[in-house]
Amino acid sequence: MREILYREAIIEAMDEEMARDDSVFLLGEDIAEFGGSYKTTVGLLEKYGAERVRNTPISEQGIIGSALGAALVGMRPVAELMYIDFSAVAMDQIVNQVAKVRYMFGGKANTSLVIRTQGGAGRSSAAQHAQSLEAWFVHVPGLKVVMPSSARDAKGLLKAAIRDDDPVFFIEHKLLYLERGAVPEEEEVIPIGVAEVKREGNDLTIVATSSMVGKSLVAAEELEKEGVNCEVIDPRTLFPLDVEAILASIRKTGRLLITHEAVQRCGWGAEIAALAAKKAFDYLDAPIERVCAKETPVPFSPKLESYVIPDKDDVIAGVRGMLETV
Amino acid sequence: MIRLTKAKALWIYETMVRIRRFEERSIELFQAGELPGFLHAYIGEEAVAAGVCAHLTPKDQITSTHRGHGHMIAKGLQYKGMFAELYARATGYCKGKGGSMHIADQDLGALGANGIVGGGIPIAAGAALGLKLKGEKHVVVSFFGDGASNEGAFHEGINIAATWKLPAVFVCENNGFAESTPRATHQAVQDIADRAKAYGMPGIVVDGMDPQAVFEVAGEAIEHARKGRGPTLIEAKTMRFLGHYVGDPGTAYGHDKEVGKWLKRDPLIIFVETLKKKKWLRKKGIDAIHTNVNKEMEEAIEFARKSPEPDLNDAMTDIYASV
Repeated sequence: MREILYREAIIEAMDEEMARDDSVFLLGEDIAEFGGSYKTTVGLLEKYGAERVRNTPISEQGIIGSALGAALVGMRPVAELMYIDFSAVAMDQIVNQVAKVRYMFGGKANTSLVIRTQGGAGRSSAAQHAQSLEAWFVHVPGLKVVMPSSARDAKGLLKAAIRDDDPVFFIEHKLLYLERGAVPEEEEVIPIGVAEVKREGNDLTIVATSSMVGKSLVAAEELEKEGVNCEVIDPRTLFPLDVEAILASIRKTGRLLITHEAVQRCGWGAEIAALAAKKAFDYLDAPIERVCAKETPVPFSPKLESYVIPDKDDVIAGVRGMLETV
Repeated sequence: MIRLTKAKALWIYETMVRIRRFEERSIELFQAGELPGFLHAYIGEEAVAAGVCAHLTPKDQITSTHRGHGHMIAKGLQYKGMFAELYARATGYCKGKGGSMHIADQDLGALGANGIVGGGIPIAAGAALGLKLKGEKHVVVSFFGDGASNEGAFHEGINIAATWKLPAVFVCENNGFAESTPRATHQAVQDIADRAKAYGMPGIVVDGMDPQAVFEVAGEAIEHARKGRGPTLIEAKTMRFLGHYVGDPGTAYGHDKEVGKWLKRDPLIIFVETLKKKKWLRKKGIDAIHTNVNKEMEEAIEFARKSPEPDLNDAMTDIYASV
């Protein structure tokens, strides 16, 4: 299979969906001539024109509100928030409007829109450009939250998100944009709400999201040399969640470690831990472990940043700790 | 200049009566403990909703506010569904899940009242963008208050609409108070319409108590938008005759003193004079309108009272189209 960059997979998904459906259009800051701050819309202006690839003012509320209004009259907008950190500026529109209108209006509202954004640390972007805020959005009924970890997932899930009739908050990762991965040439739509077992194993289940999937796979390879066989599951969508995939793995391995780049407290991993404790309690042979960022704003210093953001060694240490507890 | 015709004038009058009576009865029902939640009455501002919506078709869209009953009635929403919603019944416009501040009907181009001040403004810009991209000649009107004109959403929304020359009209109902805060203590400009200049769009002040004046100004702005010439900001100077919500006497912040002079300019009273002068309506016709509106309203209230409450299962539907 051919290999392309994660950011190229994003472009391909939007390109194919724009070609397929005239109601799909893009709006966001610097997405037209500039091709997006992370080059995720390169070439689309030339192909689809300025009506459908729209540079906006730096107005995050305006971007999301405009996307919602356009959806309400039957369009399928894909709005880009340059950084997930900037979602805070648009929070009323995301939380009070986009997520709520269908329900508040008794089900009579078209809210088919995608909010694409990216998060994560690793480039010394500091505290306002490197957060992992996915739990905020999982917490809001009315939103679907997708967080792809590979080029293939990014493409297939973005296509599904654009076709979905619900608002989808689609979180990319700035470090993954330049990672290469196998993506089929032929069309592939990956359904929202389906996890993928990225690596099979029998000793311990690692549930990982976004950048932590790759780090967990590396950790699992190293642990294999010690005779520890980890299963790595990527839920890919945080809501709706493929609960059964996670429970099935726990029933097999008896141990659960959850890892994400967001800080630990009230992170998405807490939800998974609660779920496992409730629904797989009898299968658990060790306390559930979480490997997450330290509870601090993301620091600028590369030394400090790599200290607070979990890496594969933190995953390995977490796994070892769990095995020792038995 | 778009002149007021007899047909439009009669529609405006009847619509204002429909709004006024709806609000008066809602207040009674609320005070009798029949309606949950809280209410923001539109009484006093009827000329704005009626004068503007007289130009709209069901394919045109509006966004509204927490004080939204008037806009919804003027946009064609029916008493039955509205009362049923206030009664939190399954037959309401939102199946009892939205209530007073969220009444909407996408089929009638009513993109919702809105509980967040200014929240509808960027949505209106987006709806106008959507209509433009679809190549449809419909327009979007966004109603909001003087308080909303200080929200970021106002500035972001109207800037986008102006920059993209969207078919939208922004109607600021300046009733002099942002909840309890008098206008002079929350903004330095005298006229909110002045802010239009900063965004490169026309801004017009109109007497929001005069239905004919509102009709004429709105007509021009809507035509302007329909022809693809971009948005307009209309500031309608008006006054709510009651407090911010039902139960607020307005005494703590000077509303009770301010309202007196506006009561003399009640749009229903002054428009009756206009209609009589033009010989478009006599007392008999006025009485007939009131009789019909009241009859329809009492039937709607009975419908709402007899309607079932939502089923408990309904709490968990309409969150997503599909999961």
